[in-house]
Amino acid sequence: MTIAAMSFYLFAISALTGGLFTVISRNPVHSVLWLILSFISAAGLFVLLGAEFVAMLLIIVYVGAVAVLFLFVVMMLDVDFAELKAEMARYMPLALLIGVILLMQFGLAFGNWTMAEGAEAARGAVAPEGVQNTAALGLLLYDKYFLLFQLAGLILLVAMIGAIVLTLRHRSDVKRQDVLAQMYRDPAKAMELKDVKPGQGL
Amino acid sequence: MQADLNVILPEILISVYSLAALLLVAYTGKDRMAGVLVWLTAALLTAMALWIGATGQGTRTAFGGMFNDDGFARFAKVTILLSASAVLVLGQEYMARRKILRFEYPLLISLSAVGMMVMVSAGDLMALYMGLELQSLALYVVASLRRDSAKSTEAGLKYFVLGALSSGLLLYGASLTYGYAGTTLFSGIIEAAEGQAPVGLLLGLVFVLAGLAFKVSAVPFHMWTPDVYEGAPTPITAFFATAPKVAAMGLFARVVHDAFGGVVGDWQQVLAVLSLLSMFLGAVAAIGQTDIKRLMAYSSIAHMGYALMGLAAGTALGVEAMLVYMAIYVTMNVGTFAFILSMERDGKPVTDIASLNMYSRAHPGRALAMLLLLFSLAGVPPLLGFFGKLYVLRAAYEGGLAWLAVAGVVASVIGAFYYLRIVYYMYFGEEREPLETGKSPVQWGFLMASAALMLLGIINMFGVDSVAQAAAATLVN
Repeated sequence: MTIAAMSFYLFAISALTGGLFTVISRNPVHSVLWLILSFISAAGLFVLLGAEFVAMLLIIVYVGAVAVLFLFVVMMLDVDFAELKAEMARYMPLALLIGVILLMQFGLAFGNWTMAEGAEAARGAVAPEGVQNTAALGLLLYDKYFLLFQLAGLILLVAMIGAIVLTLRHRSDVKRQDVLAQMYRDPAKAMELKDVKPGQGL
Repeated sequence: MQADLNVILPEILISVYSLAALLLVAYTGKDRMAGVLVWLTAALLTAMALWIGATGQGTRTAFGGMFNDDGFARFAKVTILLSASAVLVLGQEYMARRKILRFEYPLLISLSAVGMMVMVSAGDLMALYMGLELQSLALYVVASLRRDSAKSTEAGLKYFVLGALSSGLLLYGASLTYGYAGTTLFSGIIEAAEGQAPVGLLLGLVFVLAGLAFKVSAVPFHMWTPDVYEGAPTPITAFFATAPKVAAMGLFARVVHDAFGGVVGDWQQVLAVLSLLSMFLGAVAAIGQTDIKRLMAYSSIAHMGYALMGLAAGTALGVEAMLVYMAIYVTMNVGTFAFILSMERDGKPVTDIASLNMYSRAHPGRALAMLLLLFSLAGVPPLLGFFGKLYVLRAAYEGGLAWLAVAGVVASVIGAFYYLRIVYYMYFGEEREPLETGKSPVQWGFLMASAALMLLGIINMFGVDSVAQAAAATLVN
């Protein structure tokens, strides 16, 4: 076995293990840590494919930013995960059955996996020749896949609008500072002197 | 690049409008402008629909085959845009009175319309996914627009989680398909998948179909539909029942014919089973419903079954039948929801079916319009809904699925029961607290126009059938 093959199996196994434990571990914080393991293994797989830019992105963006954000969210969530898990246990037999059936089907497909003629060539033909990974990605993203890139931008915009629509509240019972009103107030009217006679209220 | 951009000009215009309006309104009027924005968006969508319908000609592709502009896409786009603008206008007053008319609502709808237009034009698995996500993400948000109601937020969350699951299934299938064909372009996949599909591609196909079945709420992927329809504010429910269904159906047709047109036998059986289950579950499960929004959910499941029956035929006639059926279905639903939106008592919306008791005595005109629509939904001749069913049944029969056509007739007879029950309540029910139906002229207009179409359409369907025939011919050849 070559070193490349060995590292492939190593990364593949650790990616799968990470994924599995993300789902089944009891503590949600552990789940996030397992998720990070599976991200890193996936990055390793990308390196093996020769896609080092994507691998680095995966580590920087997913491990560095997304997973850390997940950790914050999970720690701040006030959800009784044990109760959720108990609820889930009720449906476990059905889920297991579906899982086993799917697994058998994939085993079947794996056994006689074939590729269309010229599939290999078609896959390679997408990337422009003679340029580096990063440059190739840029050429694809801003030229050939321009439409997809812009659509992805629209999707992110919708996500942002959605987050604002669903969470932003303008409460009317809170006193807010109104800077203009403060600046334009008339000092002469700010105070009023009243002559209160003894023994009488206002 | 210039030529490519010309092809997607309608999509660009709607997107640019949404961005500009978003910025402008966020800095000026905010929610005070929402009413104006609804009308403006509806006007723009209608104008785009007319433009696409009037000027579109021939078949053009853009971005290396990723985006198709052909007769089929244009037919679906006109239907989507018109129904979206109709529903926007219909719900405006309802939402304003319940103080849930946010200015983001019309903009989210117009962005989701862009997603739907990409869906029906997609010529690539990636473009398909982008369009689908753009459409769905906007829908998840509007489903929970009434955020202080537990039901509405539940609807949004349920829709989101299950929608994400279905997207996962779809992506998995897409990756298997890519693994086999080596390309994500539909034109490449159809070349690679000629004749007999190997097991790997078959698995990919089934996963993609499962993901899409989720979006059209076909049984057994329908579980979210009743809860989401019931929980979402009624104008949003009306939207869910119309434009996104057309878009998802269009996408369905695109994928099975453009990408998997070489292996018709393999997806035909899947679609036939989906169609059979949807028709029967939709018909049987609706019988016990007391809430008219839940009832409409099951009704839409059953109708999707019939539309899928047309597709399952696997012929150009089948696609034509599906297009005609969807156009009729959308028209009926706009009218029916115009009525449901107007149902209220003491200013509060009512969705209980029993509240319709003896409705005909107080409002004979509206009751008659509703009667026509319900008969048409049930497929009673000689109304327009009957001709829609006739089309798909004929397509299925000629496509060699006679058993499915027979099952469709049986399911239609079962389904007629719950539509007729509403009619029974309206005309022969017992005297109860009377139901008010708001005075909105817009809702009245849509209800009457839709009911009139059910009657007048039977003369020549306004030429929709011949347009649909030409549209189907561009997809299947």
